Amino acid sequence: MEFLESILVTPFIEIWESPYYFIELVLVGLSTGVLYSLVALGFVLIFKASGMFNFAQGAMVLFAALTLVGLMEHGLPLWAALILSVATMVGLAFLVERFMLRHLVNQEGLILFMATIGLNFILEGTGQLVWGSDVKRLEIGIPDQPFDILGGKVLLNTFDVTAAFIGALLVITLAVFFQKTPMGRALRAVADDHQAALSVGIPLKTIWIAVWTIAGLVALVAGIVWGAKSGVQFSLSLIALKALPVLILGGFTSVPGAIVGGLIIGVGEKVAEGFWGPALGGAIENWFAYMLALAFLVFRPQGLFGEKIIERV
Amino acid sequence: MFYREAGQFKTTYQDDQAVFPVLQDKVAVILLILAAYAVPFVADEYWLQAIFIQFLVFALMAIGLNILMGYAGQVSLGTGAFAAVGAYACYKLTTNIEGMNIIVAILLSGGCAAAVGVVFGLPSLRIKGFYLAVATLAAQFFILWLFNKVGWFYNNNPSGTITAPPRELFGVLITGPSASPEARYIVCLTFLIVFAWFAKNLVRGRIGRNWMAIRDMDIAAEIIGIRPLQTKLMAFAISSFYCGVAGALMIFCWLGSAETEAFDLANVSFRVLFMIIIGGLGSIGGSIMGAAFIILVPIFLTNFPPMVGLDISTALQKHLEEIIFGVMIVFFLIVEPEGFARLWQILREKLRKWPFPY
Repeated sequence: MEFLESILVTPFIEIWESPYYFIELVLVGLSTGVLYSLVALGFVLIFKASGMFNFAQGAMVLFAALTLVGLMEHGLPLWAALILSVATMVGLAFLVERFMLRHLVNQEGLILFMATIGLNFILEGTGQLVWGSDVKRLEIGIPDQPFDILGGKVLLNTFDVTAAFIGALLVITLAVFFQKTPMGRALRAVADDHQAALSVGIPLKTIWIAVWTIAGLVALVAGIVWGAKSGVQFSLSLIALKALPVLILGGFTSVPGAIVGGLIIGVGEKVAEGFWGPALGGAIENWFAYMLALAFLVFRPQGLFGEKIIERV
Repeated sequence: MFYREAGQFKTTYQDDQAVFPVLQDKVAVILLILAAYAVPFVADEYWLQAIFIQFLVFALMAIGLNILMGYAGQVSLGTGAFAAVGAYACYKLTTNIEGMNIIVAILLSGGCAAAVGVVFGLPSLRIKGFYLAVATLAAQFFILWLFNKVGWFYNNNPSGTITAPPRELFGVLITGPSASPEARYIVCLTFLIVFAWFAKNLVRGRIGRNWMAIRDMDIAAEIIGIRPLQTKLMAFAISSFYCGVAGALMIFCWLGSAETEAFDLANVSFRVLFMIIIGGLGSIGGSIMGAAFIILVPIFLTNFPPMVGLDISTALQKHLEEIIFGVMIVFFLIVEPEGFARLWQILREKLRKWPFPY
């Protein structure tokens, strides 16, 4: 009884009594949510364009960030390291297409999924093999000062706002790219039907490379932002595990879904940890997102904005 | 193989559908099992403790996951969680109930894991494929968190670990730190043989054929009268039962004591997934071969470079291991999606005709 009260009643009273703490948690949640969205975006892009569920997205974030930091540690200036990292991610897209995707054409989605789990391990291993596995600091000059809003009662971080801004910019760019450019149209065609796309002359090979390049660049951006926030280390690749519930919530095929899902998960997670966490023993951030997504699946399997393509069985 | 099955005629359907229709195969398997029981007489303690017992535990888990993924076609990344349920249930059962037979306790903890598996299998009725994989990840994170946070599961001991208490079977100590590796090895081996035999017969029978029908095309299976609800939940239950038993053996016969980290995604779930991909999806023998391979690669990496005079650090070794596993996965998925089991089959076919290929 006491336990039920502590999870069903007390948190709401606390929220009522300390609204500023609540607002602060929401804001922190929003800024984390933006970062989740960044990673989830990479998933959505590849899924949209090749029907492939890319488990390696998290490892790509780690790999991209490690490459950037590693190059900078070798004395390269930021711009040169950035160019080289971009080149690395493009090269990775070529390699993945040449050595993996090309041989897996026409396989079922599950096989492709397992192949990306393999790729995940290759990237994690290679990244840490080349650049070492200790925590690295990434300084890219995003200001990191707290400032007050709401009359000094809530603290907000410049860094978080900048990150949110970068995320928003990326999403707008991608949305325009997908909707307006010929390449974007081709990508959507491939996602709808490989064979039909091939028969109207869309080169599958180019599309795959393009998609993996974009996913690699999104991973680089996500890696830079996350890395600047919490250091570049192995745990970056675990962020992918946080991005999965985001996808379920938002729908596998929807760019706006990744954003909204990320924000919901981010806010839900922080608020739950802040108010419900103490009663449940803390560290509920680990599974809260999954449980939220699981509960959601039961009512709306295709996600918030997803296309209704799931067969019911 | 090196023998011909010429002259072995079958006069009944039972004979024709036997697991080993060829006499020599049957003899070979029996000899293999006897050899496995003889291993404690020749292997030293390190090999028994660190390699053979580990292999047996993981082979059992791989069979469990293979039932679910290879035969019933339901993706699961929650193997570690189900194994943890088995381990913690066994710990609670043996420490809280005086005088309970250890074998009964292990089987009951498998039952607990099966119950949890069914609960987390419920979403499989509405979702498939990747969605289901993510749903089973929820089990992975939630269950391990629960075991970490709720003191009741580890009897509120300050270290937060569970330790296998010493328990005897037929007067021989088989669990706990002071049990001899030989006894623990024999227990695990017996479990593996019995469970592999059971699984092999299960997947040949009606239940197994229902699973395969659901895997190959669920809608068609439903139309021919296979009930997806029961069939899928049955797969989850039996698979989790295997994983639960393996988890209990993992603590009681292999590790001795452990925290929840021993069951996490990278330590168990992915490893077992790799075992069945490399060994062969939808093959009991393949699960065992895959387990052997995945266990041996790290040991090879530890021992081989020093032998040829290379000195590599532990971190480097760990990363090399990751890369090798990753490359192997991609390679097998591209070249031989049916894994070692298929390679073995090809080898047999070739040897049958040897030395006269057609």
